[in-house]
Amino acid sequence: MLLIHCPYCEEERPELEFRNAGEAHIARSTNIAAESDEDFEKFFFIRSNPKGVIFERWRHIHGCARFFNVARDTITDRFLLTYKAGEPKPDIATLSSEAGPAAWANRPPDQLNEKPRAKRSTKGEA
Amino acid sequence: MAGSYRISGQGRLTPAKTARFTFDGKAMTGLAGDTVASALLANGVHLVGRSFKYHRPRGILSAGAEEPNALVTVERDAARKTPNVRATVQELYDGLTVNSQNRWPSLSFDVGAVNDLASPFFSAGFYYKTFMWPKAAWHKFYEPNIRAAAGLGVAPDQPDPDHYAAHYAHCEVLVLGGGAAGIAAALAAAETGVRVILCDEQAEFGGALRFEKGAVIDGQDGWSWAQGAVATLAAMDNVTVLSRTTAFGYYAQNFVGLVERVTDHLARPGRDEPRERLWQVRAKRVVIATGAIERHMVFANNDRPGVMLASAARTFLNHYGVVVGKNVGVYTANDSAYAAAIDLKKAGVGVAAIVDLRDNPAGPLVDEARALGIEVNHGRAVTSANGSQRIKSMTVQAKGGGAERTIAVDALLMSAGWTPSVHMFSQSRGKVAFDDATKRFLPGTYAQDCVSIGACNGSDSLEDTVAQALEAGANAARDAGAKSSKGVALKVEASEGWTGGMLGAGPGAGAGTTVKAFVDFQNDVTAKDIRQAVHEGMRSIEHIKRFTTNGMATDQGKTSNMHGLAIAAEALDKQIPQVGLTTFRAPYTPVTFGAIVNHARHGLFDPTRKTPTHSWAESHGAVFEDVGQWKRAWYFPRAGEDMHAAVDRECVTVRKSAGLFDASTLGKIEVVGPDAAKFMELLYTNPWEKLEVGRCRYGIMLREDGFIYDDGVVGRLAADRFHVTTTTGGAARVMNHMEDYLQTEFPNLDVWLTSISEHWAVIAVQGPNSRKIIEPLVEGIDMSDEAMPHMSVREGKICGVPTRLFRMSFTGDRGFEVNVPADYGRAVWEALWAEGQKHGACAYGTEAMHVLRAEKGYIIVGQDTDGTVTPNDAGLDWAVGKKKTDFVGIRGMMRPDLLAKGRKQLVGLKTKDPRTVLEEGAQIVENPKQAIPMKMIGHVTSSYWSANCDRSIALALVAGGRDRLGETLYVPMPDGVIEVEVTGAVFFDEKGDRLNG
Amino acid sequence: MAKLATATRSPALAGKSIGGQGVSLKVLEPAGRMSLRARPAAVAALSRALGVTLPQKSKTSAAKHGRFALWLGPDEWLVIDEAGADLLADCSSVKGLHSAVDVSHRNVGIAVAGPNAALVINAGCPQDLSLQAFPVGACSRTVLGKVEIVLLRTGEDAFRVECWRSFSDYVYGFLSEAARG
Repeated sequence: MLLIHCPYCEEERPELEFRNAGEAHIARSTNIAAESDEDFEKFFFIRSNPKGVIFERWRHIHGCARFFNVARDTITDRFLLTYKAGEPKPDIATLSSEAGPAAWANRPPDQLNEKPRAKRSTKGEA
Repeated sequence: MAGSYRISGQGRLTPAKTARFTFDGKAMTGLAGDTVASALLANGVHLVGRSFKYHRPRGILSAGAEEPNALVTVERDAARKTPNVRATVQELYDGLTVNSQNRWPSLSFDVGAVNDLASPFFSAGFYYKTFMWPKAAWHKFYEPNIRAAAGLGVAPDQPDPDHYAAHYAHCEVLVLGGGAAGIAAALAAAETGVRVILCDEQAEFGGALRFEKGAVIDGQDGWSWAQGAVATLAAMDNVTVLSRTTAFGYYAQNFVGLVERVTDHLARPGRDEPRERLWQVRAKRVVIATGAIERHMVFANNDRPGVMLASAARTFLNHYGVVVGKNVGVYTANDSAYAAAIDLKKAGVGVAAIVDLRDNPAGPLVDEARALGIEVNHGRAVTSANGSQRIKSMTVQAKGGGAERTIAVDALLMSAGWTPSVHMFSQSRGKVAFDDATKRFLPGTYAQDCVSIGACNGSDSLEDTVAQALEAGANAARDAGAKSSKGVALKVEASEGWTGGMLGAGPGAGAGTTVKAFVDFQNDVTAKDIRQAVHEGMRSIEHIKRFTTNGMATDQGKTSNMHGLAIAAEALDKQIPQVGLTTFRAPYTPVTFGAIVNHARHGLFDPTRKTPTHSWAESHGAVFEDVGQWKRAWYFPRAGEDMHAAVDRECVTVRKSAGLFDASTLGKIEVVGPDAAKFMELLYTNPWEKLEVGRCRYGIMLREDGFIYDDGVVGRLAADRFHVTTTTGGAARVMNHMEDYLQTEFPNLDVWLTSISEHWAVIAVQGPNSRKIIEPLVEGIDMSDEAMPHMSVREGKICGVPTRLFRMSFTGDRGFEVNVPADYGRAVWEALWAEGQKHGACAYGTEAMHVLRAEKGYIIVGQDTDGTVTPNDAGLDWAVGKKKTDFVGIRGMMRPDLLAKGRKQLVGLKTKDPRTVLEEGAQIVENPKQAIPMKMIGHVTSSYWSANCDRSIALALVAGGRDRLGETLYVPMPDGVIEVEVTGAVFFDEKGDRLNG
Repeated sequence: MAKLATATRSPALAGKSIGGQGVSLKVLEPAGRMSLRARPAAVAALSRALGVTLPQKSKTSAAKHGRFALWLGPDEWLVIDEAGADLLADCSSVKGLHSAVDVSHRNVGIAVAGPNAALVINAGCPQDLSLQAFPVGACSRTVLGKVEIVLLRTGEDAFRVECWRSFSDYVYGFLSEAARG
């Protein structure tokens, strides 16, 4: 079970309180009735489904009930960032530059590179 | 003594505390604190089971959770029969009943053992190759017979009477494993005051200190120190100490699953004690101290009862006071087996010989063995264990071949070295790294906030282990937020150190031989099988694993994986790291379904939702149907009535007089705010701005794709307040859908949504007498047609309590829906019932409700629609605001396919024979004489017998349906073709006069 | 019009209670409840009208004279009046932008008290209920087993669990089962 940082509750909460709501930053046209078939197709049917960083919507449905946005790595399931609905889409370059499976934890972006220290004895081996 | 192989003065159990048990019906005595394995061995029993595939006699290999062989069935009573219990884990209690499994008719004479003789036919991949043909035989013959023959234990056939508990737990530091490393780490972490959970799979903490006699910590022998340290920890408020608790799964973000066995060791569990308790722990830091597991040697017939791991024999002696034989042999490539030989020799057991595969074993243990007069053969191998149901002798040969020598033994202790238990680390998605010097995989790159210490991290000395553990425990606590630390010091004054080890098949079981040298005991995989897999083209270790099933048994290959890998690497002529390791997966050891399901059984499997008038319906004989989680009154049969008769009566009574119907399960949402109407305009197809206060409208909600999502009647209570109803099944998702649009697409609207589904009980009173029934109970509402026309809503009081009274109809007759606060639902229902009795009204259920609405062609979303139906398809174009420029679904509705000709449209169907009732879901064709598969042009969505129409009626979605009125179509059924006429969807009172009748 | 008999109230699970090992469960008396939504500008006036300061921080509540205001979301409060007072009436004069909806009958309140209270709730609630993470006065919408609840910590060893009426059988049953151990 993942821990998800709710930007409204300002803390990590268990995944059971949340529900995924599909890809984020797909704006509904303010004049949707006049949209071309091609544009409507893009808006309604086409999703990016990337391997790597995806921007998606989640709802803290059994918590504060707010919809919010996240950047998540689809390879590791790691949440890189969560932010309030309506806030601008963050720059993907700053999110994906981080390499290695340092942590699954929802850390603020500036701490993503911190790795837990691994220790191991080399003594006493034949 | 409890058992003739129990030595007085050895072990830690109390001789006076005896416990009686039976094994395959034979009464035996053990001691409190024994496992089934130690108790059986104390009674001289080595043969405890038959192997999975070849039915070979098997004994006890280990003294712990890694046991692949000694699987038994523990029976408390007929329902409490647990198969595949490891005898090395199950603790003894007085009255325990244990039976061996996978044998018939008896353990010593097993018919299935013929498989062993026929084993050339059962080699690796044999299932995949042999039972391919004929295809039909698989289900009928091969599979049932294979399952019967190659089983483990038998599952009980009665419901599990025990209860299981679960807890979510949170801590700063979770320590997995309670050996010296885990205990020391827990001490260091706990001292800082942070929350610590320490768990260990054994009944008592101590890990390898259970058999390592040489350890001295802080002036005490290792075992005593461990017990004292754990008692100190258990007494601390911030520490939870869990024994008999296995960490079985390591998931994302330090979420670790533990299962605690609470009562399996008790003779008489308390009534309220759960059998097991699932702990779902979220830890800020995890310290992995899971130790190492000894490997067996791979040689011919290494599975004979009496052949076991050296550390196991040592455990049985030093902890349980049990000797595993009177004249034992030792076969090793590692020093640690010498310690076992030394302990046994000192306890008075004959040690026939130590056979060491290494050319020049040296060190204090070797010296001590020699000093004790034990024959040490170096550079030699055991090439075979001889005997059938118990080892009788071992065949010894020089490594390079040569003369064979047979040495009589009644037990053979073996050690190929120790495999660090990296299961938890690997499950955490950490990457292991191969240490070439010591030929073992050790924790490499970490993926989570955890640290491995002690033997599972490659530490071979207790001094190192304790130093690592103290540092790791303190660091984990600090990283998890501990404020202060005084530090903990532990002094290791004496310890044991071992070196050596080997991987793969030993001499005599090398390439080119066909002997049965077992790698995986539980799945009967031999060294030859693994070579064969390579020979047949398997290259990836994952393929070799699946082809041979090596490591795929319930023991997860704890003893076999490394040997299998080494043999595969040799056959592939590759280095071990190039071949790679298979993935470790949860669970580490088998977990019961009871623990996984825990509270979610019986009434707690899923919530059962009941309306405020449920008890009234129950006492009036209602038959209920499940609608999602709700129990809804389906019909109210009177004495002598079947469902058909009851529904007919209810339908007729409603139209003749009136009926009461519990509509409380409808979803209800209060939409409040100055932009409420604007919001409604966007979420529903209908226009709302001009709806007058006090009036209602039937609304349709679409998804963005233009298909019908939900419907319901909406009342305007004030300029800025709407009372919206949804379908029963749609309540939660409609609320989510509306919130989604409000929060993310239309966040500038000043409006809020509140679920009031459960605040209001809803009593529908429908029928010509409905007003007469309600009116006497109402205060402050003029219910005349002039003051309160069809589709209006009023607020006032009924029976002295607040009501939102809707005039609306889902029957086509005059009707009302009385909303009252839920706790008053039953009392108001009873008052309406009493009034209704004066007019001959009835209570009706969901079935009559369905028939009555179908008579009027009113749709039910989800029954007459299926997520691909537009308002036009359903004949509801009138409900779409033509002048509107935006609402959810407006653009989707305009997609070419949704406007195309020939779409399925909702129509009525009348069977040519009015007595025939169509089946819902039945397909409709134009020409019943066409070849199969026929072209289907639609299907029946609703179908009933209508007593009011005195004929059957049906609704259907039919391609181009509205252009087919009057046409004859056909419904082919297994027993004949039914002729139907396409009609309009309204079967009763087409003009709608009865709404005011 | 003839005087009508007033309908009697039949609350769900009325009066049910159980005393277990280290924990007791008690179904609470009916209370007044209001789902309150408001824009920031209206919060002060609503607080004054209700006589209890609406909390502005996640997971916090305020209480005064048997009246509780629970922060459920950034613009959402559950207001409970144990005496059953008409909370909507108190807010009716407030001009600021808000939505007040009566949900008195929607919920059932269950008191869980005793040294094992948090442990019992943790049988189905995945949140950290230690006093550090969930101090007295903390509240949250969350889950218990398979349903949604609102949880309020009323004391070190005491919680109020609020659930929807039709889920109360399940919640009470779940807590009773968890109380067994």
